[in-house]
Amino acid sequence: MTPAVSVTDLGKDYVLSGETIHALRGVSFDVPLADYISIMGPSGSGKSTLLNVLGCLDRPSSGRFMLSDVDVSQMNDDQRAEIRASRIGFIFQSYNLLPALTVVENIEIPLYYSGQLDPRSRVRCIELAEMVGLGSRLDHRPTQLSGGQQQRVAIARSMVNNPEFILADEPTGNLDTATATEILDLLDRLNRQGRTIIMVTHEHDVAQRTKRAIVLRDGRIVSDERY
Amino acid sequence: MSTLTVWLRTFQLAGKSLWMHPLRSSLTVLGIFIGVSSVIWLLAIGEGIGRAAQEQIASLGAQNIMVRTVKPSGDEFQDSGYGLTRKDYVRLLATVPTLEKVIPIRITTAEFRNHTRVLEGRLVGSTPDYAIVTRLRLDRGRFISDADIEHERNYCVIAAETAQRLFPFGEPVGRQIMINEEFYTVVGVMKPRAPSAGIGGSLAAEEFDRDVYIPITAMWRRIGDMNVVIKPGQFQRDIYEISQLTLRVVDRDSVLPTADVIRSTIEVAHDLPDFAVTVPLELLEQARTTQIMFILFLGLIAAISLVVGGIGIMNIMLATVIERTREVGIRRALGAKKRDITRQFLTESVVLSVTGGALGVLGGLFCGPLTLLARKGFERFLPNQWEVLPALIKTVEPSLIPWSIPLAFTISVLVGIIFGVYPAARAASLDPIEALRHE
Ligand SMILES: Nc1ncnc2c1ncn2[C@@H]1O[C@H](COP(=O)(O)OP(=O)(O)O)[C@@H](O)[C@H]1O
Ligand SMILES: [Mg+2]
Repeated sequence: MTPAVSVTDLGKDYVLSGETIHALRGVSFDVPLADYISIMGPSGSGKSTLLNVLGCLDRPSSGRFMLSDVDVSQMNDDQRAEIRASRIGFIFQSYNLLPALTVVENIEIPLYYSGQLDPRSRVRCIELAEMVGLGSRLDHRPTQLSGGQQQRVAIARSMVNNPEFILADEPTGNLDTATATEILDLLDRLNRQGRTIIMVTHEHDVAQRTKRAIVLRDGRIVSDERY
Repeated sequence: MSTLTVWLRTFQLAGKSLWMHPLRSSLTVLGIFIGVSSVIWLLAIGEGIGRAAQEQIASLGAQNIMVRTVKPSGDEFQDSGYGLTRKDYVRLLATVPTLEKVIPIRITTAEFRNHTRVLEGRLVGSTPDYAIVTRLRLDRGRFISDADIEHERNYCVIAAETAQRLFPFGEPVGRQIMINEEFYTVVGVMKPRAPSAGIGGSLAAEEFDRDVYIPITAMWRRIGDMNVVIKPGQFQRDIYEISQLTLRVVDRDSVLPTADVIRSTIEVAHDLPDFAVTVPLELLEQARTTQIMFILFLGLIAAISLVVGGIGIMNIMLATVIERTREVGIRRALGAKKRDITRQFLTESVVLSVTGGALGVLGGLFCGPLTLLARKGFERFLPNQWEVLPALIKTVEPSLIPWSIPLAFTISVLVGIIFGVYPAARAASLDPIEALRHE
């Protein structure tokens, strides 16, 4: 069976005032379907860079990146946007909700770009809000919600297009332990439903809840083990 | 998917974003509002002015040509005559085939008497067609007839006010009035008529309500060609046979060539510049070009205000794009293509400009009453300045040009697009990752 994600010898360079920074140097690994991976490593080790490449937001400078059977490294901007819209759900450390929109409207955004917006999509968004426990706050704005609640909205939003992958960059980084646990419980549930999750974190307790931890240092994988 | 839902949502979103900054958005809208309503308004005023001028001139008859006697400068004409002659009249009748009618008119001032009642007014000698070309309407009795002309009858037709002043209590028709020591029988009374407008210097305004009309042949025979004015410290004698010839041309196309023929025909017989030719059709064409110039000029002003409004939109949109860099990053991460971002910001600028445009159209519709209000206010609070304004400005009725509404609307959409493209393109070209890191 083809792995859900397969990266081979992935490299990413940044040129900053004439100096080349190698953010990723020859990263290779496969992700089977429904895996739950944490990416660990010190600050500046290339975790976010890797996640951005996996999320089709960024293009690798070298190497190959296969999503199921399609080669993302060959895709243009529009094609990558389509992948992001339909197959990937993003969760960010700082939630990244749009302050002008309500909970439901925030959840709805990806539908807009995947071309699935129709008069019934409201219902789906409300269901998702209920699933993450915000059924009573549908018309609230992000500023009226706590950090944990905002992150729940973000999780609901990442789910709205029914993506195969969920990519999370330190989703609990801004939350207290209790709230973080709730969020991780939610992610566990999504993974049990068969969704592949790749999560950047630098906390061992968080990583321990996943199935597999990949540790980066200076843009290289230094360890890749299953729990 | 439903395109309608998407577009609905796009506009809804644009409205929402703009509503986040109500003051800023309203000020931007105001710029376009002013631009668009001035387009409609100024076009309406331009049209109104043009129409008024055209109506004035058309009332003189586009198929008519007026040849008037002009008194040359100098005193030597006290004893010799000047101006158009009966010979000119006859020659024109005989030699210009494109003339349908030639109406000789001789006007003097005179005293009209009915026993002790005296009125000073214009004594007009002419032919039956005079009433037609000057659009005088008969109230009762009849106008001068061809038989009156032929037999040089001492009959007269009197204007409304003349009738009222000389015969306040009785029916004038059938009675007699005395003009220049001779009796004339009243055969008809005219309806009141508004004064005709003058056209600049070439034709003076005329009042008709104190007139008395008599057959021109009777005038020539009984009164002669001499007109004497004696006032304290002034003695003036004028000798002329005809004050004006009003000529009707067979069709419109022949008017201008006929006018040239007439000029040269009369010029040959006159040593002095003692006549002038007025061609309303020429003035009509002049009025038309004036109107076009006016509309172009006002259009230019409107265009400038729209460009300024557009720059306002661009300015605001550029600020918006910078403020919402992170939003762009988020949307891109969630699957927005570059063109989705372009569309979002372009929709916002178009919503701004179209809101301004729609309000501008509304403002344009109120042009009529607002002009009236402005006029009233001006008259009331700045009476002195009001006095000196040209009549055209004082009386202009703005006339809304129907196509100016779709035009203004289209212009506002275009302004939104033209001035929104660059900010939208800038938003779309943001690097998603950088944008996500913004702030
Ligand atoms: N846009 C960029 N331009 C230049 N250098 C960058 C850019 N993004 C990341 N880097 C560099 O790449 C390396 C990896 O960064 P990052 O992936 O953000 O690390 P982490 O998320 O593990 O802290 C760092 O040295 C960082 O400075
Ligand atoms: Mg990072």
